[in-house]
Amino acid sequence: MADKVSVRIPTVLRSHVDGQAKLELAGGTVGEVLAGLLDAHPTLRGRLLDDQGELNRFINLYVNDEDIRFLENLETPVKEGDSVMIVPSIAGG
Amino acid sequence: MSFVRGLECKECGAAYEVEPRMMCDACFGPLEVAYDYEALSKTVTRERIEAGPASLWRYRDLLPVEGEPVAGLRSGFTPLVRAERLASKLGVRELYIKDDGANYPTFSYKDRVVAVALTRAVEFGFETVGCASTGNLAHSVAAHSAAAGLRSVILIPHDLEEGKVVGTLIFGPRLVKVRGNYDDVNRLCTQIADQYGWAIVNVNLRPYYTEGAKTHGFEIAEQLGWRLPQHTVVPVAGGTILPKIWKAYREFVQLGLVEDEGAKIHAAQAAGCDPVVKAIEAGTDRFRPQKPNTIARSIAIGNPADGPYAIRVVSDSGGSGASATDDEILEAVELLARTEAIFTEPAGGTTLAATIKLIESGRIPRDESICVCITGNGLKTIEVQDGRLPPVPVIDARLEAFDELIQREGAVENQGAPEALPAASGRQDG
Repeated sequence: MADKVSVRIPTVLRSHVDGQAKLELAGGTVGEVLAGLLDAHPTLRGRLLDDQGELNRFINLYVNDEDIRFLENLETPVKEGDSVMIVPSIAGG
Repeated sequence: MSFVRGLECKECGAAYEVEPRMMCDACFGPLEVAYDYEALSKTVTRERIEAGPASLWRYRDLLPVEGEPVAGLRSGFTPLVRAERLASKLGVRELYIKDDGANYPTFSYKDRVVAVALTRAVEFGFETVGCASTGNLAHSVAAHSAAAGLRSVILIPHDLEEGKVVGTLIFGPRLVKVRGNYDDVNRLCTQIADQYGWAIVNVNLRPYYTEGAKTHGFEIAEQLGWRLPQHTVVPVAGGTILPKIWKAYREFVQLGLVEDEGAKIHAAQAAGCDPVVKAIEAGTDRFRPQKPNTIARSIAIGNPADGPYAIRVVSDSGGSGASATDDEILEAVELLARTEAIFTEPAGGTTLAATIKLIESGRIPRDESICVCITGNGLKTIEVQDGRLPPVPVIDARLEAFDELIQREGAVENQGAPEALPAASGRQDG
């Protein structure tokens, strides 16, 4: 059985997940966790992915505080107890 | 009275009311303030602007505030310096320095964006403001919020220069150092803005905040005698100011205040943090984030929010990009100080060093007009000069002691290379 990781949802997306701020999901990679999230909450698909099925470029994903683009992107492995964060990217400067 | 129509998503065009909001609900794209340009074109004239205050608020018609400004009443309208000695040294005809290191009250371009953001924050009814900062914004938010009677919460990377920490703390904000780099601080601030009901200027007030950066571009055009420089070289950190200078130029063209003569915008970054320049060189608009490693900490943002827009503007305007090593940056800081008496921080050295590279590679022709945008002051980052400047002799207060020093060390001669300058006479006749 796959490990469970926590997924932190920003306020702007919570209406798609019954108002929850944090979900527990199974998966061995960030991509698998994301797929599980989209299966359980299909209205998120159009928000998190672009028309080509790629991750929306205004969304960043982090595993334990590290941007997955510095890891192995959606192939980044995750294990029991890891934390995945979904954070909009348009801030700062 | 304002000319603001509302907010518009830069990606999908979705429209929003004027409210504290950083992004589009539909696609997460950034939001841009939309104006009624038809009404603006009937109102805004050169004369109307020239009759305004000697501050960034002379461009108030083109800024997203409703009532009287309450912050930055003396900010902006910084010097545009015709840099003749530096031009001679570089072998170019017409060179200008737009010096926001002289901005009031905190000596960086950030006084512009904060003036607009805090005026808007007060209009929205906020009492607490905040920011994620590489230092200059911290300094500016702390100062302007003190003067506006607002509370401030400021987050910075844990290892910033002491001048930026002291220059912030003196105004009495709640300052928090975060273990990590700016991009870590920024992510945390995005989550804080999501959770606490504060006005984080570069998160949920970002559409208004960034509009303040246009005033740097408006001033260049007005101070140049209502025309645009053929080349504007701009530092890129979060990528905010570069597209806004372009927007300022486009708005002035659209309102008939300046001629459209094909102004090119060029991007400058430190070699230790150059995701935007790398993307420009690779011909893509999707940059790869970097872990910054440069002395130019004020522009050390490896994951720039407006990176894609900076890349697009450079490409649309026919500009280019260049990055500079730490040594090149410090040499350029010295060169600017010793030719034009402008002491900038490493970000400014980066911009000048990149300009020199663009001139030497022919991407900026020597006979065209050039404006270098200096966005911060060197007195805040004096530690970067450690070991670079000569030791200072100490003598007794006796004339004999001074005579002896002169005999030992030779006649008075400034550092730098002023002897090389007169040779290039005749190049400034354009």
